[in-house]
Amino acid sequence: MKIKRQAISLDDLDWKILQALQENAKQTYSETGRLLNVAHSTVYERIKKMEEHGIIKKYTTVVNLEKAGMKHITAVMSIITDPKESENVAEKLSEFNNVLEVYTSLSEELLIIAKVVAEDQGELHSFIAHSVAPLQGVLRIRTSIITKKHKEEGFPVGSNFNFSNDVDTDK
Amino acid sequence: MESASRILRKVLREESFYFFSSIGNYVGKSAASLEEFLEKIKEINSRSLEFHLYRGDFEKWVDEVLGDAGLAERIKELRNRKLVGNHLQDQLYLTILKRCNELKKGLPQSV
Repeated sequence: MKIKRQAISLDDLDWKILQALQENAKQTYSETGRLLNVAHSTVYERIKKMEEHGIIKKYTTVVNLEKAGMKHITAVMSIITDPKESENVAEKLSEFNNVLEVYTSLSEELLIIAKVVAEDQGELHSFIAHSVAPLQGVLRIRTSIITKKHKEEGFPVGSNFNFSNDVDTDK
Repeated sequence: MESASRILRKVLREESFYFFSSIGNYVGKSAASLEEFLEKIKEINSRSLEFHLYRGDFEKWVDEVLGDAGLAERIKELRNRKLVGNHLQDQLYLTILKRCNELKKGLPQSV
């Protein structure tokens, strides 16, 4: 499987810069330059180019809600919709602040998958009952409350990445 | 009379009652009026009815959305009787049916 590139082609240095930023987006141009043995001005130009072309979408902060003392639960909603209303439902869901991710997927029935956070089960149910179920085109909703997170990463842009199921092992 | 027609009115989509089988699991049926609610009671799995009854969802909707505090009180009595399964389904149906009939008697007859 090949990675579909953006309109501009990225060279090896671009990919290395992306990988470095994925590991630490707070590092300075100079630090990245030192890491990759290139001038900071080169790093700056490459990053600006990738920002302008939307390859770098944004820089964000991943908050550990538990450590921040914020009581919450996370759930995944699978929403079966009327195909005619699917896009509309996905758009409406995307407008809610407590809905973190929204996807449409191919399956036997048209399905929207959305990740949602709430303070507790009561608030979660109230949100789904009063804000999601009433959306035009929603046929059924199945919700799974996440009990343990085993992995959460962004797409790994490292040069060693491939889509096979190879697992790194110490040999 | 005005109160009866108000209680029997059709409410907005956002105000309708949506039936769930458990937390977050919407079964795809909703009711936009008391009469529609009555019809749906027969179609809904009794476990869904139990889920809503013991959360107080029915009485809350009937009271806060339809504005029928008296019916809400009757539903609360069903909860206090700890009804479950088909017995709950039947008793809830009869309770709502009786109330619908009472309310319809209060409405002006169409000529």
